[in-house]
Amino acid sequence: MAMLDIDNLHAKIDGDEGQEILKGLSLKVNPGEVHAIMGPNGSGKSTLSYILAGKEDYEVTDGSVTLDGEDLLEMEIDERAAKGVFLAFQYPVEVPGVATMTFLRSALNAQRKKRGEAEISTPDFLRLVRDKAANLGISQDMLRRGVNVGFSGGEKKRAEILQMAILEPKLCILDETDSGLDIDALKVVSEGVNALRSPDRAMIVITHYQRLLNHIVPDFVHVMHKGRIVRSGGKELALELEANGYAEYQQDAA
Amino acid sequence: MNAEIRPIRTPAEQALIAELGGLPAGTDRLADLRRAAARSFEEHGLPHRRVEEWKYTDLRTLMRDAVPVAGTAAVAEADARARALREVEVRRIVVANGAVVPELSDLAGLEEGLTITTLAGAIASGDEVLSRIGGILPGRYDAALALNTALAKDGVVLTVAPGVSIARPIHVAHVFAGDAAAASYARSLVVVGAGAKLTYVESFEGPEAIAYQANSATEFVVGDEAHLDVVRLQQDGGSAFHLSTILFDVGRHAQVHAFTFATGASVARTSLYATLSGDASHVGFNGAALLKGRQHSDSTLFVDHQVPGCESRELFKTVLDDSSRGVFQGKIVVRQAAQKTDGRMMSRALLLGEDAEMDNKPELEIFADDVACGHGATCGDIDEELLFYLRARGIPLKEAQSLLVQAFVGEAIETVEHDGLREALVEQAEAWLKARG
Ligand SMILES: Nc1ncnc2c1ncn2[C@@H]1O[C@H](COP(=O)(O)OP(=O)(O)OP(=O)(O)O)[C@@H](O)[C@H]1O
Ligand SMILES: [Mg+2]
Repeated sequence: MAMLDIDNLHAKIDGDEGQEILKGLSLKVNPGEVHAIMGPNGSGKSTLSYILAGKEDYEVTDGSVTLDGEDLLEMEIDERAAKGVFLAFQYPVEVPGVATMTFLRSALNAQRKKRGEAEISTPDFLRLVRDKAANLGISQDMLRRGVNVGFSGGEKKRAEILQMAILEPKLCILDETDSGLDIDALKVVSEGVNALRSPDRAMIVITHYQRLLNHIVPDFVHVMHKGRIVRSGGKELALELEANGYAEYQQDAA
Repeated sequence: MNAEIRPIRTPAEQALIAELGGLPAGTDRLADLRRAAARSFEEHGLPHRRVEEWKYTDLRTLMRDAVPVAGTAAVAEADARARALREVEVRRIVVANGAVVPELSDLAGLEEGLTITTLAGAIASGDEVLSRIGGILPGRYDAALALNTALAKDGVVLTVAPGVSIARPIHVAHVFAGDAAAASYARSLVVVGAGAKLTYVESFEGPEAIAYQANSATEFVVGDEAHLDVVRLQQDGGSAFHLSTILFDVGRHAQVHAFTFATGASVARTSLYATLSGDASHVGFNGAALLKGRQHSDSTLFVDHQVPGCESRELFKTVLDDSSRGVFQGKIVVRQAAQKTDGRMMSRALLLGEDAEMDNKPELEIFADDVACGHGATCGDIDEELLFYLRARGIPLKEAQSLLVQAFVGEAIETVEHDGLREALVEQAEAWLKARG
């Protein structure tokens, strides 16, 4: 059984009479696999990631999504997180007044609680954060601020990966984590992501650039266009896209 | 002529007027003050919605019943009721039913330069400090203050000598004790000498189910270059009527910060009047109110810039659950002489309850031409994007809301300088959120 099974997913903006954004998208992801999704702006990549995370702005009009055989779409947002779904946001928000450490600890303990595990002790928590932050080049000063407050674009992306490293999700969805990162940061972040690769963890990596996939080498590459996956292949597909762009798919659609 | 029209008085007004009729005779200044206040109340009565400053808090409708003036509180009960800020290292004075309770007040070993007496004591001894009571005028008829002036018999009278710094905060704990509804009036005066420094705390508590009426007024006379921090904790019982007035006269280069944290009472109105009479002072009047059920809470501010170069800041945060109602009215007046005034006022409200309602009315009245002033008001729900972000990390809805509400009021609470008091307020906000479930 696939860890994540998306079948014929159709979705639109909730309460909107307009067009569907996802128009019959299917994708199976097994434990241990890394799937890259590429596709032109506006093709629905972020929409897919939001729907998986549970954002309430969208309405699923057809199809299904299961996580380990359970209906994901029926679950509350925080329940999905506790079951191991993690979305590294394309545009992480700033949460002024909520201290980063409080936030990390609340998240970790809430997930543990929902899974019937004990809360983490203060020394263990501090050690965990310190170690993971050091690996990602996140300073103690950043940790003392409000969540993402005043972080540069690149720092926000790093902070997302820090959260991921601390929460140790089962299904990691990375929405353009590479955008806004400088060359060195791209390396650091990729190493952080690679360190999390494991036989029982799966990843969906959304990106526009083949370069990221040199660092995080995918098992599969999918092309998303107009709300559907129109082609799938191995990592060499990314190179082909880099060379030719999406012109051929635009024509198909026209 | 208007004067010929005899307004119809409500039963509450009639009872209050009868109470005022019983004022003792006297020829001193305070007796004159009381009589003048009584006369103004007889003339104007309780304000109603057509009185601009009480537009959203129609006292004539809200204060249906007049209740008798409270008798002396039992010491043991007063002690049991005064729970606020027990964990903070302060000098505590308990005022129960409007009277200072010596048995519960720490009046021994006062720091050099600090004097604390009671209003009743000062009246009995004819203390010359009394000449300062009623010295700060609101500039308009204020029913709550008039009743207080006429009827308050006791309170705290405190002075700090010039240049003296009092490290330990003074905490005046107002409580209502008793098992029948009654009204209490307390009047206090705080004189901070030139260059002196003081932290002054007021708290208000009482039984949950008794519809008592607590009316308090405190005047703060702040000398040149003095530094005054005021922290107020309004936690009156859920059936109570809270009416309080704080008045400031601020000298040159002085620094004054006042913070009011309100979660109590069924109906609460706090009026703040500040006269900036010495140039280049800095004042900050901030607050946070957390309301639920059918609570009504009104903060009304009047900041009068009379002289050049003063800076005033106001930041009020209101959280409204259920069908509670919040009111913020703030007026900054900049007189013609008050050039280079820098005044900024902001009121923000967060609506948690479907039927909650906030009325915001910030106003500027500027007669000088070289000033930097601004005001703003916002009112909205919890930010859905932020809520989603927290929930996507596994934080359950209620907890995520609590974190965001805490952050919201935290921005105002942060302005409290004293560590222990600030932490106590943060804990109070947490407790309120926890009780919300
Ligand atoms: N909340 C929303 N309200 C209105 N339109 C939306 C909303 N969310 C997505 N859309 C629309 O749906 C389409 C898909 O958007 P989405 O953000 O999923 O694209 P994307 O593939 O992630 O693009 P990019 O590569 O630019 O990040 C776009 O046309 C977008 O304008
Ligand atoms: Mg996107």
